[in-house]
Amino acid sequence: MNPRVVLVIAGLTIREITRRRIIWVLAGLSVVSVALVGWGVHQLVSMSSGNGITDAELQLGVSQVLILIAFMFSFVLAMSAAFLAAPAIASDVETGTVLAMLARPMHRADLIVGRWLGLGLIVAVYAAGSGLLAIGVVGLVTGYSPPSMQLALAYLAFQAVAVMTAALALGSRLPGIAAGAITVVLFGLGWFTGVLGAVATAFGTDQLSGVGSVYRLLFPTDGLWRGVIYGLEPAAAVLATRIAGRVAEANPFYADAPPSSAFIVWCVVWVLGVLALGAWLFRRREL
Amino acid sequence: MNDPAIETRGLRKAYDGVLALASLDLRVGPGEVVGLLGPNGAGKTTAVKLLLGLVRKSGGEGTVLGRPLGDRGARSRIGYLPELFRYQAWLTADEVLHLHAGLAGLPGSRRGPEIVRVLGLVGLADRAHDRVGGFSKGMQQRLGLAVALLGDPALVILDEPTSALDPVGRDDVRAIIRDARARGSAVLLNSHLLGEVERLCDRAVIVNKGSVVASGTLGELLGESTVRLRVTGMPADLTPLHAFGPLTDEDGWLVIRPVDPERIPDLVAAVVAMGGRVHAVDPARRTLEELFLDVVRGPGAGASPGALVYPAPPARPMPPPPPAAGGPWVTR
Repeated sequence: MNPRVVLVIAGLTIREITRRRIIWVLAGLSVVSVALVGWGVHQLVSMSSGNGITDAELQLGVSQVLILIAFMFSFVLAMSAAFLAAPAIASDVETGTVLAMLARPMHRADLIVGRWLGLGLIVAVYAAGSGLLAIGVVGLVTGYSPPSMQLALAYLAFQAVAVMTAALALGSRLPGIAAGAITVVLFGLGWFTGVLGAVATAFGTDQLSGVGSVYRLLFPTDGLWRGVIYGLEPAAAVLATRIAGRVAEANPFYADAPPSSAFIVWCVVWVLGVLALGAWLFRRREL
Repeated sequence: MNDPAIETRGLRKAYDGVLALASLDLRVGPGEVVGLLGPNGAGKTTAVKLLLGLVRKSGGEGTVLGRPLGDRGARSRIGYLPELFRYQAWLTADEVLHLHAGLAGLPGSRRGPEIVRVLGLVGLADRAHDRVGGFSKGMQQRLGLAVALLGDPALVILDEPTSALDPVGRDDVRAIIRDARARGSAVLLNSHLLGEVERLCDRAVIVNKGSVVASGTLGELLGESTVRLRVTGMPADLTPLHAFGPLTDEDGWLVIRPVDPERIPDLVAAVVAMGGRVHAVDPARRTLEELFLDVVRGPGAGASPGALVYPAPPARPMPPPPPAAGGPWVTR
């Protein structure tokens, strides 16, 4: 691999994405969404203040709203990451742009890693920016500050990077639309199996609850999403849910613990492995 | 330093069992301009992609600039214009060239002057800061040429470099290729435009169904001379003229191909001795197009459409009798 070429491709990728109008439209819509959420939360807090709602209850409610906002952003991020990354290689191959580039003294892996680096930076900046904005606005109107904001944002970005990596790797071999669609399905299945596993745990069906755990290893986005939730929910909510017992674990917007260190290491290995797989598939591809 | 720019022996490529290139023997010397010709599907573009390492060979061997096929060191000295020329539409022409200069590892101090030089060479100096997305196909092809010529490569591979250009653009490309040769670059020109190859190339290689069917210098390939005579008053029996070569009638001209140019005066004398009156004598060399059609479709295909071919004795001792006295080439 040639680091100089990787940086050239990463720079090209960032320039390509930032010159697309859709990115700025997406950024604008995110700002509008946060503004609407801020207004809604403000209305909720001001209207509830005379109804005998305790501060702890209010904090719990606001944290759940914040987790829902994070869920919305995680969904938007995953979709954006999938549909930005899937055609990153595929469209270059389909249009023939890649021919003149790969005739230069570069490895095919340089193109994959450069694209990944550029996309990863964009996705991470968007995740951090939109997440920070949402948390800041909610904090401003309610006074609620999540216990581990940085951790939640890091998991949000990591989740988006995982989705982006899968889409990029699939797009190195498949047409862009197919790669994007498959990635979205895999992401959706991750969320579904996560919820199914939580409900199964609540119902005491241990065989079924293992489905979520196994799928988390194959496609780890839901495990990372649990990290986002854990970073945003107040300690009191965790305590109250633990007291409520395992039935409370059926709540898909609740996490009783952050992802384990072993899982984080696995996620890093998973991302690098999928990236290497994408590079290998692309190296074997006839252009 | 004196390694051939390209040398392949029996280079072969099959895609999922379908043979795209059966056996390519190709040699391009340093500073030489070689035309690679062939009908659609002959394997020319596959050959080019093999040379650049864009596809893997199924057999045979080859070197480019003295290094194995696809070698990155060799690729730093190759300029390539793909048949499907597409560049990043969101970049300006100047930015596309900066991108390729970066990928090629051109030193920073050389990039600016080199980009100005190649943009001027292809006639895009005043469009340097315009986005490629707004370019016509012809302008994009000119940009592709500029990309290929960036950094004075030792080998320039041009796959159909004039397919989107008007006659003025084609003339410009011919000048650009001559300039590249003058600067010491070897050029492999893959083109359907045979006139272009005939004007520019030192040698030509014709590929058909994945194999080389003819190759050599243009002098060697087009060595067969032809003479066209417009005559009247010829008798029906043309047997004496078969001694000069195979006879055909092409649009009213009596054509002898191949013919020994030294014997043309004797031929004219023989026609006169047979009672014919000679109105015009047009000695001509075979064109590359005629050669191309002959080797791709079979002998005789290069003759003009509708030409009558008169087999020589002894296969048929007498030429087929014309409908009236005299051959069909006779103008009355």
